[in-house]
Amino acid sequence: MKINSPLEAYKYLPQTNCGECGEPTCMAFASKLIDRSGKTADCPPLVKEKKFAKKLAELDRLLAPEIRQVTIGVGDRAANIGGDDVLYRHKLTFFNKTKMFFDVADNMDEAALVERVKKISDYKKFYVGRNLLLDGVAIRAASNDPAKFAAAVKKVVENTELPVVLCSFNPAVLKAGLEVAKDKNPLLYAANKDNWKEVGELALEYKVPVVVSAFNDLDGLKTLAKTFAEAGIKDIVLDPGTYPSGKGLKDTFTNFLKIRRAGIMGDTEIAYPIMAMPLTAWMAGISDPVSASYWETVLASVFTIRYGDIMLLHSMDPYATMPEVHLAETIYTDPRSPVAVDSKMYKVGTPDENSPVLFTTNFALTYYTVESDLASNGINCWLLAVNTDGIGVEAAAAGGQLSADKVKDSFDKSGFDIHKDVTHNSVVIPGLAARLQGDLEDKLGVRVMVGPMDSGRLPGWMEKNWPPK
Amino acid sequence: MAKKVKLSEMTDMFKDVEVLALEGVTIEGDIELDLSGLGGGFDPMLAALLGQESAVLAQHFGRLASMFGVPVGIGAPATGASAAPAVSPALAAPKLKDLIPSKFDFSNIEEWTTQIQEVPIGNTSADGGSRGKRVLVGGEKALPFFPDAPMPNRNQVTIDVFDMRIGLAKAVKENYDEVMDSPGEWAKKNVDKFNADMITIHLISTDPLVKDTSPKEAAKTVEEVLQAVDVPIAIGGSGNPQKDPEVLARAAEVAEGERCLLASASLNLDYAAIAEAALKYDHDVLSWTQLDMNAQKELNRKLMKQCNVPRDRIIMDPTTAALGYGLDYAYTNMERIRLAALMGDEELTFPMSSGTTNAWGARESWMVSSPLKEDSDWGPREYRGPIWEIVTGLSLAIAGNDLFMMMHPTSVAVLKHITQTLFGTVEAEPVDLANWIGSGV
Repeated sequence: MKINSPLEAYKYLPQTNCGECGEPTCMAFASKLIDRSGKTADCPPLVKEKKFAKKLAELDRLLAPEIRQVTIGVGDRAANIGGDDVLYRHKLTFFNKTKMFFDVADNMDEAALVERVKKISDYKKFYVGRNLLLDGVAIRAASNDPAKFAAAVKKVVENTELPVVLCSFNPAVLKAGLEVAKDKNPLLYAANKDNWKEVGELALEYKVPVVVSAFNDLDGLKTLAKTFAEAGIKDIVLDPGTYPSGKGLKDTFTNFLKIRRAGIMGDTEIAYPIMAMPLTAWMAGISDPVSASYWETVLASVFTIRYGDIMLLHSMDPYATMPEVHLAETIYTDPRSPVAVDSKMYKVGTPDENSPVLFTTNFALTYYTVESDLASNGINCWLLAVNTDGIGVEAAAAGGQLSADKVKDSFDKSGFDIHKDVTHNSVVIPGLAARLQGDLEDKLGVRVMVGPMDSGRLPGWMEKNWPPK
Repeated sequence: MAKKVKLSEMTDMFKDVEVLALEGVTIEGDIELDLSGLGGGFDPMLAALLGQESAVLAQHFGRLASMFGVPVGIGAPATGASAAPAVSPALAAPKLKDLIPSKFDFSNIEEWTTQIQEVPIGNTSADGGSRGKRVLVGGEKALPFFPDAPMPNRNQVTIDVFDMRIGLAKAVKENYDEVMDSPGEWAKKNVDKFNADMITIHLISTDPLVKDTSPKEAAKTVEEVLQAVDVPIAIGGSGNPQKDPEVLARAAEVAEGERCLLASASLNLDYAAIAEAALKYDHDVLSWTQLDMNAQKELNRKLMKQCNVPRDRIIMDPTTAALGYGLDYAYTNMERIRLAALMGDEELTFPMSSGTTNAWGARESWMVSSPLKEDSDWGPREYRGPIWEIVTGLSLAIAGNDLFMMMHPTSVAVLKHITQTLFGTVEAEPVDLANWIGSGV
């Protein structure tokens, strides 16, 4: 972004405070443009009225992120990569979480290929009210045979909605894959110093995004990117090479830093998303698969944090994928978003007067963890989110934000009458807040049952302890 | 995955980073967290298990505004000539005739003007102590592993020892079971078998709610550890704010002249007493706050101005939260602290330490399977814990952390290997990437 204050954006707006965008004033809308929570397209007069056309174009140019955003695939699961404006997440937020593409090869037998594609598509890990997913399939032309590659690409796109990367340095092979997947907006991997003309022509002909590749050669990489940009190719992804070990890995880390710093600082010739390839861990001569998976996860972690926008990965072992998806979520979570849910009584499933009553804190991570543990196991109940200023159970119990008085206060404000709305006159409290038991019995006038230390154990606990005798 | 692999084998690949083989560390059993004996109430043992800092993990979440409330300049000034290239994709091919050469330019960050304080831990005989080596942390002039300036000191790992048998995740416990009743033997094993750079002795039994061990008794444990190993040591209390100053002061006294790291001074206890003990008996102070940069500045300021602790005796612990459980705050807090320090905030120019062991508090690291039916298979838990500790630590290494307090030997080995690779001291066979597409990855 070339501007950073709402006032600068305001100059290009209609300044009529018409309210059509949903904001009371044009200045309020300008603030949303600057923090990237709103887009110029949300301002109807600016878009519709001809007299604003010039201003709109100029504003869009000023607001464009420093790093180009590139879209791979089509439909709901299309993957956006790049689009960043800062080097450190606290300075704004990072946009477009690092996308994880897992590999298949065109020499796999068909059943195994389909099974792997489905596994990639179906992966999910619940986290704070949503699922963490994998993002795409990278198809390796291991055979270097156009017909075989086309057949594999066909199988993949028939079996998933996820975007794909077509991987070959052979233009004839890439073209065969493109013919099969041309309406899926695949990412072409890759143009290098030997094949750039042919691959560039393919990118232009099929209007698809393309990777330029130059291993540990930033001049070469920039030259390719510039050449493609001048030829009219907009959607470029950079592959500086991912060396998996030793000095090569250190060089790779340095290359990623240099590219992103230059891009954010305004060097538009290199301001594109970067591809990391943690799957090269499997080429590093590591003897056993667990160690190789671990090392791949280590590489994925390094380049999730330092500027990898799309990754090609191999290990589908859960101990590799789970930390990978969690770390991407960690680094790309918007640091400006609230971390608390509303303090109120929530229904989990379809509770009635015999259902248990529980409480937890309004820290979003805690609340969603407890809620999903209950819902996933079919436990119908009442769940109160006590206002602890968004602090978790253990810390709040120690720090006084979760006390008998606070719990009573949240019950009172929720409108839920524990003496009337349920018949059992009991409350189940978090095991980590067990110290509140006596005080709570006095304050609430109900039986207080101490639940497990971790809400993951609630199903077993309920079996043993509910209904109360 | 059919093949059963010993996690110990993993360390074979780390030979060239002075990692000793972890013989016989087969991890295949039950690693349910052993929470028995915790009783009904809040139990400081659990707090200790999760690392002392998570006992009060997070008034911070309420203070996010102070972390993120001040918007910083967005982006960079435009460089004039470089408007986005005009594009008309409809033009007829061939458009690609010749390469247009372009040279990549890179400039260092000019605002990074200030060097992080270098802090030594441990006194050798030359310094008047009995340690076999001295550990140096800090001294950076750039973010970790950045090309702007070479990093003077590699990351260091101190492995935890507790002064009593405690509940641990089984994957961790299996490595220590036979030494858990002897802090000296435990410390020895950490150094001899697991390549610890340092030892942290946690005096958790001193908590009145645990065993209420007297400061005098606790000090004996410290002496035992100092005699058992010759690496520098950190000395931790129980996290009880009333008792810790007394316990740490007594420990400092018996460890006089060894330059230990006293853990920790914090705003909610008598930090002045700890600072005084550090100065009187020649030790360093760990300045611990809870994910709050301003509190960290305040405590550091008090240690320096009020207690006269010299700059080369302060290390900060800005708090570590586990991957999936607040690591985003811990990461950003450290990165902000380090950036502010490099740009000249003299109240933050200190090396940092992380209670990486906290990663074992994440359910993903120890629970047998997902409590949620909808989740994809979580896989064998014996492999989840160590990688959870690795990723938590590695993230913070990149954010600027220098010293890691850790527990699982495999986690220690892998964290050392990656941080030393990025540091630049690991040699490896060069890998030819040209044929990655066709290789049997």
